[in-house]
Amino acid sequence: MSEAVKQKEPLFSPKNKKLIFNPLSKENPITVQVLGICSALAVTAKLEPAFVMSVSVMAVLAAANVIISMLRNTIPSRIRIIVQLVIVAALVILVDQVLKAFAYDVSKQLSVFVGLIITNCILMGRLEAFAMGNKPWPAFLDGIGNAMGYAWILITIAFVRELFGSGTIWNYPVMENLGLYDIGYKNNGFMILPPMALIVVGIIIWIQRSRDKELVEEK
Amino acid sequence: MFSNRYIFIYASVMVIIVAAVLSSAATYLKPYQERNIRTEKIMDILKSVKIDADKADAETLYNKYIVEELALNTAGDAISIYKNQGFEKGDLRPFDIKLKTELKKKQFLDAGKKVDGEPAFPMYICKHDNKTFYIIPLRGKGLWGPIWGNIALEDDFKTVYGVTFGHKGETPGLGAEIATLAFQDQFVGKTIFDDNYKFTSIDVVKGGIATMPADQQIHGVDAISGGTITSHAVASMIRDCLSNYEAYIKKQIK
Repeated sequence: MSEAVKQKEPLFSPKNKKLIFNPLSKENPITVQVLGICSALAVTAKLEPAFVMSVSVMAVLAAANVIISMLRNTIPSRIRIIVQLVIVAALVILVDQVLKAFAYDVSKQLSVFVGLIITNCILMGRLEAFAMGNKPWPAFLDGIGNAMGYAWILITIAFVRELFGSGTIWNYPVMENLGLYDIGYKNNGFMILPPMALIVVGIIIWIQRSRDKELVEEK
Repeated sequence: MFSNRYIFIYASVMVIIVAAVLSSAATYLKPYQERNIRTEKIMDILKSVKIDADKADAETLYNKYIVEELALNTAGDAISIYKNQGFEKGDLRPFDIKLKTELKKKQFLDAGKKVDGEPAFPMYICKHDNKTFYIIPLRGKGLWGPIWGNIALEDDFKTVYGVTFGHKGETPGLGAEIATLAFQDQFVGKTIFDDNYKFTSIDVVKGGIATMPADQQIHGVDAISGGTITSHAVASMIRDCLSNYEAYIKKQIK
């Protein structure tokens, strides 16, 4: 009798840690894979909606990754996209309903954007690329990691846009309290408009690539 | 490879499970959601007369300060009066009137189409600090979805005491600014009638009220930069909704 019992992998093995931390930088869904750009434009005029959006995406992505990963051997490949869509859509509706019931104020803030999580490319990307071929636990970590990667970019953009566009941080009037308006400072209205989000994303990508040469493509 | 039969069964079972989960979640959560919506409506009404209510005491404050609810027809007569938790006239609770339906009825009537029953518009009468306020709910179309609000008039029926606005999905930072105090405070002290009680409504002016003639500025507020369509929508919402009360108000001031 062979005693070749497979060594159980620790929950946070180096490989699993990578699943969480890689998407924050090297494999960031927004700045490196350039996915989910649409929602990064839409919800980042203020910090609060950006934050709640990030949390919602995290809940949906982690849950969808786990469910798809558990079902992965039963899903017929010909209808796998449909199955993924149905599950994501169901989760998004659930999140929306729960927010409406127990966090009504927050759900009002987000309005249509919660529904738009369904169309977020990061979700389908992770389901297709990862959850379909991995066990539930790594899939869960992968979901959390990618959502975090999405979240920190969103929150950074929202911070910049809200600070310079509306002069506030989380609706707290920073610029006013610093007395900058009295010396002639004006909010930059351009910051509130969607193109500014792209420019901020561009700057983040620029900084990231200048620090990490691996990300720069060969010509 | 999976057979077609398997695929069909798989898809059907999945859809049935998802439908069951979603509908039971919706049924279970519905009472909570409806309570939220009702509380929000009460809080909005109270906010327009500057009474700050929170979720817990909204109902109590509402019963204390809103002394009368009226349902008015376009001729300016009350078809239903709800007072002291009971009906004084009619059996239509003005609070439960769906403004959207009534406005649509009005629109159909104006277009010469037939509708079931005449449109009825709610008005709330509030007594607070020994003053009487008349609160009129508003509803209209914004850029991305519905917008709504309440406007509280002082007892001369023309001076605005306070307003609230809400919206379903106006652009954050732009159109959504109608829900901020900075925008709403502009309306305080403006008038919806001129001195001869000719209906002027309150316009939301692109470029600011400084572009209006000085004697007209009392009927206007500044629009939101970058939120032009929402600003226009607010102006037409106020005009459309208030015009339904013109007949009633003219009867009251005589």
